[in-house]
Amino acid sequence: MKAHARKGFANILDRAEWLGPIMLAPAILYILALIAFPFGLALLYSVSDVTTGRQGLSLVGLENFRGILESPTFRKALKNTFIFTFVSQFLVMVLAQIMALALQQRFAGKPVVRFLLLLPWVAPIALGTIGWKWMYDSLYSVINWTLQALHIFGPNTWPYWLGEPDLAMIAVILVHVWRMFPFATVILLAGLTSLPQEVLEAASVDGAGFWRRLFQIIIPMLRPIMTVAVLFGIVFTFADMTVIYVLTRGGPYDSTHVLGSLAFFVGIIGGDLGEGAAISVFLFPLLLAVAIVMLRIARRTEVD
Amino acid sequence: MRSTLFAVVTFFTVFAAFPFYWMLITTFKRTGDLYNLQNNPFIFNEPPTWEHLHLLFFGTLFPRWLLNTFFVGAIVVGITLFVAVPAAYSLARLVGRWGESLGIGIFLTYLVPPTLLFIPLSRVIATLGLQDSLWSLVVVYPSFTIPFCTWLLMGFFKSIPRDIEEAARVDGCSRLGAVVRVVLPLSLAGILTVIIFTFTLVMQEFVYGLTFITSASQKTISVGVPTDLVRGDVYYWGPLMAGCLIASVPVAILYNFFLDRFIAGFTVGAIK
Repeated sequence: MKAHARKGFANILDRAEWLGPIMLAPAILYILALIAFPFGLALLYSVSDVTTGRQGLSLVGLENFRGILESPTFRKALKNTFIFTFVSQFLVMVLAQIMALALQQRFAGKPVVRFLLLLPWVAPIALGTIGWKWMYDSLYSVINWTLQALHIFGPNTWPYWLGEPDLAMIAVILVHVWRMFPFATVILLAGLTSLPQEVLEAASVDGAGFWRRLFQIIIPMLRPIMTVAVLFGIVFTFADMTVIYVLTRGGPYDSTHVLGSLAFFVGIIGGDLGEGAAISVFLFPLLLAVAIVMLRIARRTEVD
Repeated sequence: MRSTLFAVVTFFTVFAAFPFYWMLITTFKRTGDLYNLQNNPFIFNEPPTWEHLHLLFFGTLFPRWLLNTFFVGAIVVGITLFVAVPAAYSLARLVGRWGESLGIGIFLTYLVPPTLLFIPLSRVIATLGLQDSLWSLVVVYPSFTIPFCTWLLMGFFKSIPRDIEEAARVDGCSRLGAVVRVVLPLSLAGILTVIIFTFTLVMQEFVYGLTFITSASQKTISVGVPTDLVRGDVYYWGPLMAGCLIASVPVAILYNFFLDRFIAGFTVGAIK
């Protein structure tokens, strides 16, 4: 056979045991160098006093962690990160479920609807968010104008969305929901269209009404795909700093900071890399939990 | 039921698209009309104007940012393809049983967020002397495009029947030759998906761009528009919204063509 006549280097490339790792090596190297290594560095920084001003670093044990846990700003940021993530993802799931069911029906103009629906997800996060910032503007908010014109707001009601702590939190959650629900909708729709029709039809024949079909059959069958959509949504929202930075810069009065944005202000703008790293390390436990759950889903679908 | 459907679809579509409609109107409204609370904001009370677009393209660094973004995007696409295509092929074909596990492992690194890595990376970038340079982005962006694209391509390569490759090898191709001559042409759709997806990821990225780059002329679109179209505390909403629109819509159009592939990538096989 001609294949065996080649010599030397080309021969090595021809053997699966060599070619496989060789082709895989650049990717593995990249991941080690730009994800594993910085991750290790982050852990190291979190227990050191490194700053952007100095060259060296020395270990300080758990000093950074003690400092941030005593800081009310950090505790608020930690709380906010969870609140923003889970409230918004819950709303996303509800909205996405409704819209996915709607998109399963036949109606005219579906490609246009799909295009418009996806805009929040595909537009760069910072740009979509700054669009909302304009909509929330303290003087010219179109939201306020419209609600006042519809007489839902009285003549003296003009909420200062980004200027009052509670309103700001609602404003942030709204942006997160707006951004993520198209993604979840599209994934759920894919799940819905892959559901075996026979089961649904059998249920119809048995007299199950719409709501029963929905809650007792459709939603349970959609569980794996819903879990995937929720997990991605959680990761993208939990680790986000862009929405906060662009919309509120963490204000008003540091009340809307999340872990990511606080780490940025402390570590990059403030220069205290050690403390910034300690803040961002708090992201890791939840992400690890998400990764484990995703692994379980992936393994379960393999067993099938 | 029909009217409920109509109401639901309309409500969600408006909810999703209204901010962009608002960007569109703001782009073309005269400043006097824009900042006048007596006017109905939804209509043009004064005739539309090109002035904001004019300012955006001739009075700001917007064209420079567009160039920067394309520059970074093109190179990152190149790096991603160069690394992810062989890696995905290797995982799909050549690494046996633990190929699947490795593949999932690589995919999971996509979940390690920039907000965890950006602090140490800022130091690494400064040490490498790439601070405030577009090359810092070129180096770092593949760290999140490669994992996802490897995973995407793995699915593609697996769906190509082995017999085709075997046939090429019987005909005298080396393994590598079989890949180049047979597998790659068949996976063109997958490769195109990777190109588009990588490019959109580059356009959307904000955290690394904000962290590594401080000079206005070196910024990308995603960072420059929200941070630089401001004088002190005053936002230039007209040109700002114009910039957002111009940067968002092409990405949206591209994305729509490749939507099904992206979903397949995200669903981790949870749908069969």
